[in-house]
Amino acid sequence: MNSPPIKGGEIRDVDFRMNYVIDCEKVSKSYGNISALRDVSFKLDKGSFLAIFGPNGAGKTTLLKILSNLVKPTSGVVKINGMSLHDEDGEIRKNIGVVSHNSFLYNNLTPYENLEFYGKMYDVPNLEKRIADVIYEVGLTARMHDPVRTFSRGMMQRLSIARVLMPDPSIIYLDEPYTGLDQHAAMKLRDILKNLKKGDRTIIMITHNIERGLEVCTHVAIQVMGKIAYMEEIEKVDRDNFEAKYFKTVGEGHY
Amino acid sequence: MNYFRKVWAIVWKDIRAEIRTKEIFSSMFIFSLLVLVIFNFSIDLLEVNPLDIAQGVLWIAFTFSGILGLNRSFLFEKENDCLQGLMLTPIDRSAIYFGKMLGNLIFMLIMEAIAVPIFVVLFNIGIYDKIISLAIVIILGTLGFVTVGTLFSAMSVNIKAREVMLPILLFPIVVPVIIASVKSTGAILTGKPFDDIISWLKLIAVFDVVFLVVSFLSFEYIIEE
Repeated sequence: MNSPPIKGGEIRDVDFRMNYVIDCEKVSKSYGNISALRDVSFKLDKGSFLAIFGPNGAGKTTLLKILSNLVKPTSGVVKINGMSLHDEDGEIRKNIGVVSHNSFLYNNLTPYENLEFYGKMYDVPNLEKRIADVIYEVGLTARMHDPVRTFSRGMMQRLSIARVLMPDPSIIYLDEPYTGLDQHAAMKLRDILKNLKKGDRTIIMITHNIERGLEVCTHVAIQVMGKIAYMEEIEKVDRDNFEAKYFKTVGEGHY
Repeated sequence: MNYFRKVWAIVWKDIRAEIRTKEIFSSMFIFSLLVLVIFNFSIDLLEVNPLDIAQGVLWIAFTFSGILGLNRSFLFEKENDCLQGLMLTPIDRSAIYFGKMLGNLIFMLIMEAIAVPIFVVLFNIGIYDKIISLAIVIILGTLGFVTVGTLFSAMSVNIKAREVMLPILLFPIVVPVIIASVKSTGAILTGKPFDDIISWLKLIAVFDVVFLVVSFLSFEYIIEE
């Protein structure tokens, strides 16, 4: 985890494991004079669910884009299962699924056609059965052959999760999945996210909704002005006072 | 083989969406029809020999309606950020380029296959014994146009004034292909032997190959944020 540096002579928290699922080391990203990320470092093990909170413009989405190899960092190294993202040739991308506030779905195609298309991109075996399974998992079987453009925001988000589940990735990134959802749709999404946690998947979720984030995560982080200002295991977090902790951390603004 | 299956999946996805919406094809076809009809009415074909202007009119119709199709091509991928979704998949990013390029080529060739008979009727030009050589020129010329056009369409998709920027960026680059295509078409329509257009066809073919290779190598960097 994001432990403070070890001072001279002090011996503690030495971790001898070589390969974390996600190993982010001193990652920075600048757009011209603007620093979107500054020396972000953290490590995540198999089965971890990290919820990242932070105000708008904190660099959370940039971090996810770097972790999914959509954007190259200005400096620093990201390793997925011990392999540097810099050297990847598609093998790492096979194991990563991204749910964004944009659905990545084609409005003029049906859910079946969208999933069939993405399934082909990932070489998913037994495609028809897999489509039927994931679409059932998100509760959209009855709408399988309706054009996506007729879907509500909540249905789009569930279909987006079905798209991500198609290749059964071991890592999932969720970028503000609750954006624009009503209470009912949010509850459904929460149940789906709880199901995602089952197994050994490593998940990172960016959200503004502290309550929703805390109820599913194993680790929690607060990102402010491009830096991870706070990171802790959920067992060590005082849930009742976390909101106060969040506002204090964001308000300090000296990162 | 796996690479080509993925390219074809992208092409088929575009064809499927186009069959449902008819957005690209209908705008291209109506525009090309308008160009042919307007030129037909504005020029007195009893005083002007149609063979003096026909090749120019035909390629104006093809290229300007092609621009409409190219403008829509990546806009379709912008919807719900689908291009980013494609970039997240483990495919080689050049497959995205080839898929989109082949889709554009198919749409343009279908539009041209319908526009040419209308052109023949409106301008009263016989092409029955020249169909194969004319088809070769049209296919090679269109390939050159969409090869560069697809690349520039990807570049301009994030620009606000993309409808204006695409032709401004594209036309100066494809001028050699358009000139060679117009010259070859003119030679074919006036009944000159096929050997006379070989040098023009070579120019188009070299252009096609060069820009296919350049696009293959550069596409990944163009779509990267």
